[in-house]
Amino acid sequence: MDQASVAVAGAPARADVGDVRREGRPRPRLVRSGAAGGRLRVAIIGTGNIGTDLLLKVQRSELLECALFVGRNLGSTGMRKAIELGVPVSDLSIDAIADAPEELDLVFDATSALDARRHWEVLSALGIPVIDLTPAKLGKLCIPALNLADCAHEPNLCMITCGGQAAVPLASCVIRTHAHVDYVEIVSTSASRSVGPATRINIDEYLATTEAAVRRFCAVPRAKTILIVNPSSPPITMQNTVFAKTDDVDLPALCEAVEEMVARVQRYVPGYRLVMPPLYENGRIAMTVQISGAGDYLPSYAGNLDIITCAAVAAAEERARALQGESAPEAVRSHG
Amino acid sequence: MAEILISDPTLRDGNHAVNHRLEPEQIRRYAAAANAARVPIVEVGHGNGLGASSLQVGESRCSDREMLRIAREQLTDVKLGAFGIPGFATMRRDLDVALEEGADVFRVGAHCTEADLTERHITYLCEVGKPVYGVLMMCHMCSVERLVEEARKMASYGASGAIVMDSAGALLMDDVRARVCALVEGTDLTIGYHGHENVSLGVANSIAAVEEGARILDGTARGFGAGAGNTQLEVLVAVLQRLGHETGIDLYKLLEAADLAERELVQTIPTTDSVTIVSGLAGVFSGYSKHVRRIAAEFGVDPRDVFFKLGEREVIAGQEDVILEVAAALRDGVEIEVQVELDVRIQEGVA
Repeated sequence: MDQASVAVAGAPARADVGDVRREGRPRPRLVRSGAAGGRLRVAIIGTGNIGTDLLLKVQRSELLECALFVGRNLGSTGMRKAIELGVPVSDLSIDAIADAPEELDLVFDATSALDARRHWEVLSALGIPVIDLTPAKLGKLCIPALNLADCAHEPNLCMITCGGQAAVPLASCVIRTHAHVDYVEIVSTSASRSVGPATRINIDEYLATTEAAVRRFCAVPRAKTILIVNPSSPPITMQNTVFAKTDDVDLPALCEAVEEMVARVQRYVPGYRLVMPPLYENGRIAMTVQISGAGDYLPSYAGNLDIITCAAVAAAEERARALQGESAPEAVRSHG
Repeated sequence: MAEILISDPTLRDGNHAVNHRLEPEQIRRYAAAANAARVPIVEVGHGNGLGASSLQVGESRCSDREMLRIAREQLTDVKLGAFGIPGFATMRRDLDVALEEGADVFRVGAHCTEADLTERHITYLCEVGKPVYGVLMMCHMCSVERLVEEARKMASYGASGAIVMDSAGALLMDDVRARVCALVEGTDLTIGYHGHENVSLGVANSIAAVEEGARILDGTARGFGAGAGNTQLEVLVAVLQRLGHETGIDLYKLLEAADLAERELVQTIPTTDSVTIVSGLAGVFSGYSKHVRRIAAEFGVDPRDVFFKLGEREVIAGQEDVILEVAAALRDGVEIEVQVELDVRIQEGVA
């Protein structure tokens, strides 16, 4: 890798933010880095559980290259992992990205809802597209199993929440197979160890953004989300239950739709599996999925990381493919 | 002898016993009776607190706003309490409702190891000038040291007290003593104890807590509450009086409030039966009781087996969806173990 120039903390500013804006840089940006071998050059901001798990997944992608991993503390566990992997890092957080915008095609924000809002002000001015893994809800809501193709060119993509990524695809099956659904409810349970400080501080935004996603993708009048953090040891595997209230329940149709949907999500989240197929009890439809992670950063119980990091990678890869398609001549030139 | 602050969640925890279906008139009449008895704090709401009406734990008959408003009208001489658990209750959607409806005292709860989920909610309520107590639920599930650590976090967010909830009715008297003693010594907080009757120790545990320095106690009329019920309030107050502790409550009027509760609120007086004893032994949240009985009957499995399986899974309050999964597995005779193998496969596949 020849990105040493990007790497170091405190590297001198490369471009004045104002200048870049005046150039009227095209958005979305094009893949043109020879160094990245035609891959989309991404930065990850946020070195906690989600940022670090995402880094390990980006490293495996054939379409993405992590050009910069930034946070605020070079000593954090995630940062040490990145350094060990030889990924360029910085502890200047958003400033490190603002210093070298031309080196980057995309930024993943894995900080907190509050920080993501602040970062987006900077990044939108620089014309750098963002895939947001916080519940800040700044851009188009994206669930790869439901609307990946519509998301390739968005300047800011909201990956909702882990519970939203896990449960909304199932909730959409209830909507597709039933004429009148009054209410959808999602209950997500994650292991305490896998729920980092930003997620805890953002718990209200987590609930609001998940509920917004249910309303957006399922068009139901009422939606509710509950988040439970369980500390048991050994840690529990991330689990999500979808409840719905409807008349004239059609379980066979629902089961078929759910089976197809589970297979679709499994294409980008291999550990996604139905542990309780749809049933009807006490006036409610209920079904449960568990998500085992790939064990990249945290062990496999932390499927709550994978469900959102895998979705974010899928969205970024879709963007990479779309850009390669569109900008083939330039991409070819850059290879030469 | 000590001054003990009594908080009465009959109209909140009692809701568990009636599937959260307390009627407006029931709330009105009990609130009036508790006000007449000068019960210092009357807590009202869904059994799991603000914003908890749901298919997961049960839908309320009345909205949070309606329950609070009805009680507020009656509580002229005592305080109206509201309880919220982050993950169910949000600041904007739920705490604001309670603020608008004039709640005087707030409790913000979390599972005993997860106090940091309450940071923003406690801070928010402190900023608007309301007294806030932190609640550590299911406190049989962590070590004494951890409990002190979590209570300290709540203190740092601005809580003026910490209430230890024996939500599963699993603590014996020495367990209570150890916890309360450590909290009194290890924090500057006023410490409270909230007991359940699974093994008939509600009053005894509460008195043990007072002996170790607790100064807030919870109890409900006739023990109206989840599973085997809560510490029985009128017994607790009578015992405290006998021991010379001051509560400010008019005992005769409290007894009348409890009689009213029995006549007009309580469908079945909570009791320790075979299922609730097992629930306590298994250390499962008392609020699961009605759901477990219903689902076990429907799936044709033994509710005691369901409770022990839930206990093995270390479920906490709010994981009621797991009951369905466990009951289905018991019915089908499958162990929920498939996963380990699958995880290994995934890890190998990816690596």
